[in-house]
Amino acid sequence: MRPAKIPTEELMTSGHLACQGCGATQAMRFALKAMGPKTALVIPACCWSVIDGPFPHTSLKVPICHTLFEAAASTASGLKAGLEMRGDTETVVMAWAGDGGTFDIGIQALSGAAERNEDIMYCCYDNEAYMNTGIQRSSATPVGAWTTTTPVAHYKKRPKKKIIDIMAAHSIPYIATASVAYPQDLIEKFRRAREIKGTRFMHVLAPCPTGWKLAPELSVAMARLAVTSRVFPLIEVTDNGSTWKVWKDFEQTPVADYMKPQGRFRHLTDKEIDSIEEEVDRNWQIMLSRERLSADLPGLER
Amino acid sequence: MRKVIMGNHAVSYGVRACDVKVLSAYPITPQTQVVELLSEMCASGEIDAKFIKVESEHSAMTACVGASAAGVRAFTATSAQGLLLMHEVLHWAVGARLPIVLANINRAVGPPWSIWTDQNDSLSQRDVGWLQIYCESNQETQDTIVQAFKIAETVKLPVMLVLDAFFLSHTFEIVDILEAKDVRKFLPPYVAETKIDVDDPHSFGNLGSPSEYFELRYMIQKAMEEARDVVKDVDIEFKEHFGRGYGVVHPYRCDGADVILVTSGTVASTTRAVIDEMRDEGIKIGSLKIRLFRPFPVEEVYEVLSKAKKVAVIDRNISFGHHGIFFQEIKSALYGRTDVPIFGYITGLGGRDVTPKVIREIADRAVSDEKQERDINWIGVKV
Repeated sequence: MRPAKIPTEELMTSGHLACQGCGATQAMRFALKAMGPKTALVIPACCWSVIDGPFPHTSLKVPICHTLFEAAASTASGLKAGLEMRGDTETVVMAWAGDGGTFDIGIQALSGAAERNEDIMYCCYDNEAYMNTGIQRSSATPVGAWTTTTPVAHYKKRPKKKIIDIMAAHSIPYIATASVAYPQDLIEKFRRAREIKGTRFMHVLAPCPTGWKLAPELSVAMARLAVTSRVFPLIEVTDNGSTWKVWKDFEQTPVADYMKPQGRFRHLTDKEIDSIEEEVDRNWQIMLSRERLSADLPGLER
Repeated sequence: MRKVIMGNHAVSYGVRACDVKVLSAYPITPQTQVVELLSEMCASGEIDAKFIKVESEHSAMTACVGASAAGVRAFTATSAQGLLLMHEVLHWAVGARLPIVLANINRAVGPPWSIWTDQNDSLSQRDVGWLQIYCESNQETQDTIVQAFKIAETVKLPVMLVLDAFFLSHTFEIVDILEAKDVRKFLPPYVAETKIDVDDPHSFGNLGSPSEYFELRYMIQKAMEEARDVVKDVDIEFKEHFGRGYGVVHPYRCDGADVILVTSGTVASTTRAVIDEMRDEGIKIGSLKIRLFRPFPVEEVYEVLSKAKKVAVIDRNISFGHHGIFFQEIKSALYGRTDVPIFGYITGLGGRDVTPKVIREIADRAVSDEKQERDINWIGVKV
């Protein structure tokens, strides 16, 4: 990773309504540093509907069009079209949705917008459950996790939905994952995405101390461990879904180091964590094989 | 230019004349020709707009919300299940005070699947805060689209115009086609008072506490009340420009009428034919078409119906567990002001033909002194 210049300008102010250690606010702060003031946000129902602040306040210095839970991508499509027809071709419209609004209720509108290759950015800040309503499982909740709807006796048995695979299958020009523990990388990726035309999908892991049952001061450390344990690889998918690039320049850490500090995984036995690590490893290998495969593909200019 | 076109194309031609910037729609029978012609008009450059071909009606309406929030004219068309899927967004458009225009082709709701007309789709959206205007002819349909944008932008509320499936949507009639250059004098380019703008950033639609929400709802009701006059004024102004006006209600041969039949949509024209026939027979009968349903034209309705001895309301819809919906509206509009008896008739659900014979049966029953149900009489039901 190359160091990126992080702008000093703050487009997010203090006085927002997030919990302590909230990854979603860190994600927003860094993303807006990359995006700059010529950005219009579309925020569906999610933690950020509240974090923004109640009327007449807002904690952001960019315009926000709040919208319905399942409608981030479609509202963003309409907003972008409207701005262009108004003669504003410069403003980048970015949908900013949680994992529920992306993986679950919003996936239809997202899939539609991506298939049409709408000229929008879409960022999913993923805290891996319905945190705004009080920690209910979503399809982004990882296997093994406790939530209020997957109590310890019936913890989540199914793996997290592979949203990047789904988005790559839409042949959109740019997809990236990013982490609040690597702000330079995050800012670089948002900057890169900003300059591309078409649908750009960003997936940011946003630790949620409240929902992960985690000490707030460990939020960034946990985001870093998610990457180094390869639970949440930092990748870029370009060339309309065909070229995969995986960041590997880190010292690998055990999955247990990532899971054990989090209360939501406290009930898991060492054996169960081992089997999750096996799954993590399989997914990692699949990703690397995609990277190798795309490097061998003929005919693509890189 | 006069052309023979179908009702659905009358919608498209209305939109063509209005400098609409963003269109978004999802196909549903019997609405499809609206969006097919609009697609062609966009592709040929006849309309300078972006057409977002979405994957659902929910997205069609949210795309309109986004576009309207950007400060440009937005339009969509749908029908039945599509309108019902939009329901959540219909509320949102009202709360956000966005002047979106929607054409709904009245189609019965399943199951069983039906593509034929009745009014339960649009009437079940009665309380969302959209204006509703029921059209009777293709000319009126085209003209009402143009009026609708002007009304919507004046009161900052969305407007739904409604036309019967097939009986209007697929019926060909002569229409005097409006041209954008002529319409511009009546409907100037839209300048939004508030919009998403990076040079003047605001957060729209964020959390409103009980200390604000109540007032915002009060303001919507005030806008609806204002809309009663605005709809009339816009219609008068339209008539000055184009020589055609429609009113909020349309009384027909009501002078000295003992019995007045209340109608809406295409049933209104059939009813007028029956009125003529009965007047020829010396029966004192008239009809009142309700064109504006929301806001409800209480005074105009009272003005006409209070002079009758009996009122018979024809409903191509039903509020299960209560009565026909127009019947309820008429009753509540007259409540406490007159003791004229009001009878309710349900007919034509799921596209069952409402023929002159059906209307005549209703009229005869209304005229006769025979005892009948006051609130709900089913006409033509085979049970």
